[in-house]
Amino acid sequence: MSISKEELFRLYRTMLTIRRFEEHSYTGYASNAIPRLVHSYIGEEACAAGVCAALRREDKIVSTHRGHGHCIAKGADIRRMTAEIYGRSTGLCKGKGGSMHIADFSVGMLGANGIVGGGFGIGVGAALACKLDKSDRVAVVFFGDGASREGTFHEGMNLAALWKLPLVFACENNHYGASNHVSKVIPIKDIAQSATAYDMPSKVVDGNDVAAVYQAAQEAVTKARAGEGPFFLEMKTYRWRAHTEAMTVLGETRPLDEVESWKKRDPLVIMEKRLLEDKTATKSQLEAIDKEARAVIDDAVNFALSSPLPKPEDALADVFSD
Amino acid sequence: MREITYAQAMLEALQEEFRRDKRYIYLGTITPAPMVQEFGEERIRSTSISESGFAGAAIGLAGSGYRPVANMGMATFAFVAMDQFVNQAAKITYMFGGQAKFPIVYMMTVGAGGYMAAQHQISPYAMYMNVPGLKIVLPATPHDAKGLLKTALRDNNPVIFFPNTVMSNLKGQVPEEEHIIPFGQADVARKGRDVTVVALSRMRIEALAAAEELGQRGVSLEVIDPRTMVPLDIKAIRDSVARTGRLVVVDEACSTCSAASEITALVVKDAQTFGKLKSAPKLVCGLNVPIPYSPPMEKYAVPDKNRIMDAVSEAMG
Repeated sequence: MSISKEELFRLYRTMLTIRRFEEHSYTGYASNAIPRLVHSYIGEEACAAGVCAALRREDKIVSTHRGHGHCIAKGADIRRMTAEIYGRSTGLCKGKGGSMHIADFSVGMLGANGIVGGGFGIGVGAALACKLDKSDRVAVVFFGDGASREGTFHEGMNLAALWKLPLVFACENNHYGASNHVSKVIPIKDIAQSATAYDMPSKVVDGNDVAAVYQAAQEAVTKARAGEGPFFLEMKTYRWRAHTEAMTVLGETRPLDEVESWKKRDPLVIMEKRLLEDKTATKSQLEAIDKEARAVIDDAVNFALSSPLPKPEDALADVFSD
Repeated sequence: MREITYAQAMLEALQEEFRRDKRYIYLGTITPAPMVQEFGEERIRSTSISESGFAGAAIGLAGSGYRPVANMGMATFAFVAMDQFVNQAAKITYMFGGQAKFPIVYMMTVGAGGYMAAQHQISPYAMYMNVPGLKIVLPATPHDAKGLLKTALRDNNPVIFFPNTVMSNLKGQVPEEEHIIPFGQADVARKGRDVTVVALSRMRIEALAAAEELGQRGVSLEVIDPRTMVPLDIKAIRDSVARTGRLVVVDEACSTCSAASEITALVVKDAQTFGKLKSAPKLVCGLNVPIPYSPPMEKYAVPDKNRIMDAVSEAMG
């Protein structure tokens, strides 16, 4: 399955936008302009970009605590997303959620979730809704290697398999659940092996090769749309920064040679090389895309910083719907 | 008016609402046969014993335009899914800034009296009351079970509906025509002058029995059943205490951090009502023990009419 030039550009642009957004996030966090708790997605951009490129606007995703990449890739309003992490009343969640509860229901982004494994049940429900609607919409639940050890992982896969739901289990295996290397907490080599216990098809891909992720995601999504049931996609990847920005003070706790070897496989650089070698793009075209991405982020940050903070008593609203 | 059982009343509420709106979906490890027969297996879904899974699925369904009912079985079984109720359902409207509505009814039974021992008997509504974002319903009669379940089903928020486990076969009058009871409206089950007795769930029946017996001895009890703990009709309770000057709260849950304690605090901390009290409030609660199996011990662990009458005596001084 080949990927068109437009699709390649789109994938690259999405990854670059995520990268520039995340570069801003950690500097904003460090300068205390962002109140708290940012989980950097740098290094994992190909996963969000590749999977979401296979989706339509009306498809749904459920995200993790590391949700900025998913949110951008799904097409959320970046200005309102930035305002949200800055706690402004113009944020997507009116400042009620912040980074860990970022959501944009208008584009099918059903929320970042601060509880590890918190998305499986919601993903099952969203996929069941797609099926009950008799549409060919699908849902994707993103989760990490850490979440694959939660009970909800197994319950979610069981229900999805039993009910043949159009749900893609998109595992971002970045090899660390907070500080634990996967070898300490997972007894199998590929998390995708768990899928066989539920008779679910699966695929393991290089999570830093956005083209590979995109093609695998297309396969998963096509099958789900056709009513063939859930699909398990494991993407092997790595995060560049600490589990959470608050932990950067501890320095790098992972083996430095491991970190360096993964950084050499920067998903952006992999794609740039391909685009240049295939002569799909010129260096100046790529630079123009970067300039555009930076402009989008700058505009979004200006919007956020010039937006008002919520009134304290706004805390009382939205506990219940009418 | 015709008489039906508590269980039948709830079934009718479900049937009527499921007929009225195709978006209602039922999830549970046990599915009621009449519901499956009428609405089919697509809408009435048998689940694996995966409480977190299907309690969470209800949230995803609700946020996607459906109106799920997730029957957890007994309240004791629901604890394994606590994250779904507390961190997900209760908070999801709020933390996403109201981007979507989450109309969910979670059903889970409470109460002791069935000799089912510790892991099948508990009354934990106070735990859930302490989590903003959940509505809490405790029906004590077939009439209320039907009217309140309909309101729960029509509410656009997560509602935890707590039927009492041992009341399924209790019969009572239920109107045949459309019958809705709003939340936040206590029921004055019996009017009286001397003592306000607030009684939750099955304790309503014990309180009414106490009232009947004491009535014959010239002591007049006003029995109030709050019916919903969130929202709570505290005004009705305060107004009653302002008239009687005496409060007894009956709740079979154990006393520590109980709904009974909350009701008492809400009455006492209101300066106006506090000023009208003639004696200290009395709480008649379950003992602070897990529910024991053997009948004499179980009976001892749970309030009854006699304990209520003792408390009234003390309140009367």
